[in-house]
Amino acid sequence: MAKMKALVCRECGKEYPTKAIHVCDMCFGPLEVKYNYEEIKKTISRRKIEDGPLSMWRYIDLLPVEGAATVGPHAGFTPMVRARNLAAYLGLDELYLKNDTVNHPTLSFKDRVVAVALTRARELGFETVACASTGNLANSVAAHAAAAGMQCYVFIPGDLEAAKVLGNLIYRPTVVEVEGNYDDVNRLCSEIAAEHHWAFVNINIRPYYAEGSKTLAYETVEQLGWRAPDQVVVPMASGSLLTKIWKGLNELRALGLVSEVRTRINGAQAEGCSPIAAAYMEGRDFFRPVKPKTIAKSLAIGNPADGYYALKATAESRGAMDMVSDDEVVEGIKLLAQTEGIFAETAGGVTIGVLRKLVKQGIIKKSDVTVAYITGNGLKTQEAVIDAVGRPVRIQPSLVSFERTFKMGTTGGGIT
Amino acid sequence: MPSLRFHIRFPENKIKEPIIYQIGHEYKVVTNVRRADVRETTGWMDVELSGDVAEIERAVEGLRKKGVLVDPIELNVVE
Repeated sequence: MAKMKALVCRECGKEYPTKAIHVCDMCFGPLEVKYNYEEIKKTISRRKIEDGPLSMWRYIDLLPVEGAATVGPHAGFTPMVRARNLAAYLGLDELYLKNDTVNHPTLSFKDRVVAVALTRARELGFETVACASTGNLANSVAAHAAAAGMQCYVFIPGDLEAAKVLGNLIYRPTVVEVEGNYDDVNRLCSEIAAEHHWAFVNINIRPYYAEGSKTLAYETVEQLGWRAPDQVVVPMASGSLLTKIWKGLNELRALGLVSEVRTRINGAQAEGCSPIAAAYMEGRDFFRPVKPKTIAKSLAIGNPADGYYALKATAESRGAMDMVSDDEVVEGIKLLAQTEGIFAETAGGVTIGVLRKLVKQGIIKKSDVTVAYITGNGLKTQEAVIDAVGRPVRIQPSLVSFERTFKMGTTGGGIT
Repeated sequence: MPSLRFHIRFPENKIKEPIIYQIGHEYKVVTNVRRADVRETTGWMDVELSGDVAEIERAVEGLRKKGVLVDPIELNVVE
């Protein structure tokens, strides 16, 4: 029997075949993959996983594809870094960083979801893939499509800065610049996906695409020696990543691969775009859409598709949410780089900033085993820190200048 | 007949207005509400509009002019 049972509506529970559809015909609720866990349980084991490839595909039994991974074979299984310096700074005993700044091939967690989406799209008969994106997603779709020999279309708003586009063009996708703003591109892509048989990874392939994020939960548990952490801090854009980490942890428990899950799922947003965190902090079970205004562009989703479900997951796990200012985002990026040598993009600054706040508030306790998800590489958003990192020390090309600058004696020595 | 699906959100001062009824009369579109949550201070609806595509687009513009937020059913898809 197949491991995928059906697509199921998250609202009314109606089931659909596992095709390229994403909205329930009945109630318009979002669809997600329903698995045949009884069947999966018969063959899955820690040993089987450990003997698998050194990529996220070692968890293929829990991913929504029918055959082998045909796209993105090297995505995932990124380092779990024991962050001793940052832990000491924050006053924690055991802190880990799930380091997706080095994810293959485009240095963000999007490589996980895109590898699943394109593998599934190909299984469904698509040779052309598309996405609507202003950053990491476009990068990942274009790179994976190039390697897989698939046609790729990336839709962007016409008012997007040139630098953002350049990183995608190197892979030779067709970049479609829509004469309009973010909202216009958003609406158009939804309409194209509804009217034409195209594989939009984050629209009609979304039920499969989103499942790729679960691998962050699986890897967390395996890399901690098959135990679930006490606390996790997850950056939120659409909210999907947070809900899938929660889903992944619960799947491992249900399958007996981890004995207990007491993990509290904490969400992080930037103040300039915090519809989900604001709802949590005001005790609402619904969020109000906002117009984003933050340097954390990769999290700038003002009307998040999974916002409601992220609130639900955080409540179920008894976690918390918080937000940080742009200045705190930059501080977070610097703190992470200067304590652990990891240069994260702005989303990482949001995560570290919120981690810091939650520790300060006593929500994350000293003895809690804590994991923070660092989802993208700082080389992608250097402009965010350019005015905050100081200047080089300038000297003349002479030994005298060197020694004077660093106050050294003639016998050498260190900086005084 | 083409149909498009939207998520519409009412600000507090528009909750009591029969906006869906008005749109169905002002434009040649069929309105079909499939899911909704309307409370004292906030409200949203998932609605299908059927008709000519150009007329649907005019109806969406009409909704916006009435002060209602209109998004595709998927909400934000640009990531």
